[in-house]
Amino acid sequence: MNMPDKNFYSNRGEMALDRETLLQMQRRMLRIRHFDERASKMVKRGQIPGTVHTSIGQEAQVVGACMALGDGDYMSGNHRSHGHPIGKGSPLGPLMAELVGKGTGVCGGKGGSLHLADFAVGSLGESGIVGSSIPIATGAALSAKVLGNGRVSLAFFGDGAANQGCLYEAMNLAGSWDLPVIFLCENNQYALSTPAHTVTSGVIAERAAGFGIAGVRVEDGQDVLAVYDATRTAVERARRGEGPTLIEVVTYRFHEHSEGLRLGTDYRDAAEKEAWLERDPIVLFRQHLVADGVATDAELDALEAEVIAEVDEAVAFTDASPFPDPSVAFADLYTEPTPLRVAATLRGAS
Amino acid sequence: MAVMSYLGAIGAAQREAMEADERVVIIGEDVEANVYGTTGAGKSRKDKGDFLEMFGSNRIRNTPISEEVIVGAAAGAAMTGLRPIVDLSYSSFLYMAMDQFVNQVAKNRYMFGGQASMPVVFRSAMFYGLNTGAHHSDRPYPMFMNVPGLKIMVPASPSDAKGLLRTAVDLDDPVLTFEACPLWGLKEEVSEEEYRIPFGVGRVAREGSDVTIVAISSAVPESVAAAEALQAEGISAEVIDPRTLVPLDVDLILGSVARTGRLVVADPAHRTCGAAAEISAIVAEEAFDSLRAPIVRVATPDTQIPFSPALEKQLYPSRDGIAAAVRRVLGARPLIDAGV
Ligand SMILES: Cc1ncc(C[n+]2csc(CCOP(=O)(O)OP(=O)(O)O)c2C)c(N)n1
Ligand SMILES: [Mg+2]
Repeated sequence: MNMPDKNFYSNRGEMALDRETLLQMQRRMLRIRHFDERASKMVKRGQIPGTVHTSIGQEAQVVGACMALGDGDYMSGNHRSHGHPIGKGSPLGPLMAELVGKGTGVCGGKGGSLHLADFAVGSLGESGIVGSSIPIATGAALSAKVLGNGRVSLAFFGDGAANQGCLYEAMNLAGSWDLPVIFLCENNQYALSTPAHTVTSGVIAERAAGFGIAGVRVEDGQDVLAVYDATRTAVERARRGEGPTLIEVVTYRFHEHSEGLRLGTDYRDAAEKEAWLERDPIVLFRQHLVADGVATDAELDALEAEVIAEVDEAVAFTDASPFPDPSVAFADLYTEPTPLRVAATLRGAS
Repeated sequence: MAVMSYLGAIGAAQREAMEADERVVIIGEDVEANVYGTTGAGKSRKDKGDFLEMFGSNRIRNTPISEEVIVGAAAGAAMTGLRPIVDLSYSSFLYMAMDQFVNQVAKNRYMFGGQASMPVVFRSAMFYGLNTGAHHSDRPYPMFMNVPGLKIMVPASPSDAKGLLRTAVDLDDPVLTFEACPLWGLKEEVSEEEYRIPFGVGRVAREGSDVTIVAISSAVPESVAAAEALQAEGISAEVIDPRTLVPLDVDLILGSVARTGRLVVADPAHRTCGAAAEISAIVAEEAFDSLRAPIVRVATPDTQIPFSPALEKQLYPSRDGIAAAVRRVLGARPLIDAGV
């Protein structure tokens, strides 16, 4: 990170941020927005097979958390998956190629939208199984602790996942061992069609108290700086060796649970939805940047144009990329190629 | 060379691995107090101290009774630079962590296009034959054979247990090792030097020419005893111990069956979809022409494990049951005479 420019500070959060960081936040939120909007269109056009969940509306919650992490820090995620690696700085081309199943995809076409991972930026993998990657992030914190390398780890999961037992096993283990891990609950208030409050006893963030670990609720998850501040505090606590934090961020998803999903019932109240759509995290932060004199409208327009061009490039890269060779289905199961008799049989038959 | 028990050999391998590489850690329930006898340095704690004293609390860690996070955290730690050995105590407890085994441990390397390495070993003991009843007596390795991405070892002797475990810790892939309690008391001369036994290389426990017995885990000594008894009847039985089920030394099995023309598979797991079923299917698919009699499986019947000694003992492959199966395959009319 460059030296802080003394002229530009966030006046929202407690933490002073330089202009470059503030603009990087907006850039990454815009990347998620435009990447996901494009992915949404591509699903409708049949260009992306399988299931896609967007983070549209939740960009502040994702980016605020990711930007509080260092480059060497770890992260795991869930099915609402694209925002996490993008927020951590992963380039868009291989991510988009992965969504389409191309050989140049970040996972070589074997993961797809649900299982993105980019180890180069510390992204240890998204998970199609709700809650299942929480222990993985906990283990990354264990290695950081044992090896003493000062890294921290963060697990993204939803309000639905907050009711999986593995979270509580993980919080207990991390609390007992003072592991440098942050449990970040993206409370978008619904698990698919189920309102969180109907299946969640008590307040998620308050569950931390039962484990003797720090817990914090970010009431305005549309404010990237509020999320950043809470996460940054947790990261610093973890790096000091003071153990884990549970952060619950209240936010809202603007799209349907997954792209193309049509449900017969209107499980979200129209007025509620309207009110949250008014609180678009990217619009809010743009207003903040302009009001604070961090950037002009023209500069922010130019930033957005750059991001759109980046997404166009990612799609062009994807289009130009070949699909993987069928033999790739048999690679990477183990570190060394293990003779698979079935593979041999298939080859013999063809 | 030193006389080591099965458990002592496992302890020796763990100690060597801990000494050889700082990234190796041991986590599990009650490992600090060496409750199961594999995390101590000598015969007694007074002797040389235990692993906690030798390696410190950073690398020897008692866990809470939380199998799901133990397994998942070991996986996450392995993906980021540690080489954990996880002591899950009883094999029946693996089910508590099934999601982590199947969806994370086995899939992460593949799903992420080779980005993840998973150098982690999951040890567990199959407490069958000890009247512990249905909740502690499982032999669940076939369930995990059905999960691509895992490697599986089933050592049947102290020296194999030591050499295979060293290899397992070196591998960058996840390994499940199933240790049979009926074997715990076995003692033999084991090298105190470091040595490694490769995965996918079976062992001919006894040479023979009339029938091949492929035996898994505690069925190995039972099969050797059966072969010795059959010798008196003029029957020469070859006993093969695959040692690892994934990868499986298919060539060794096929080569033996090509010579003997007959196969008995002795497997303490349940019969349906067990290791014996898979081995039988491979031989039927790839060596049908060599077979002079139908394959016979000696496995645990598809029932749960009862508590009473009067009920339990009969269920697992025994020397008598294996010998009877051998007589059966030898008595069967050769297929060639049947005009096939
Ligand atoms: C173990 C498991 N159970 C159920 C599902 C099906 N499923 C996928 S996403 C989802 C809702 C998850 O809600 P939440 O954790 O709040 O995340 P959100 O989609 O709201 O971001 C469900 C039920 C699953 N993938 N995994
Ligand atoms: Mg939700």
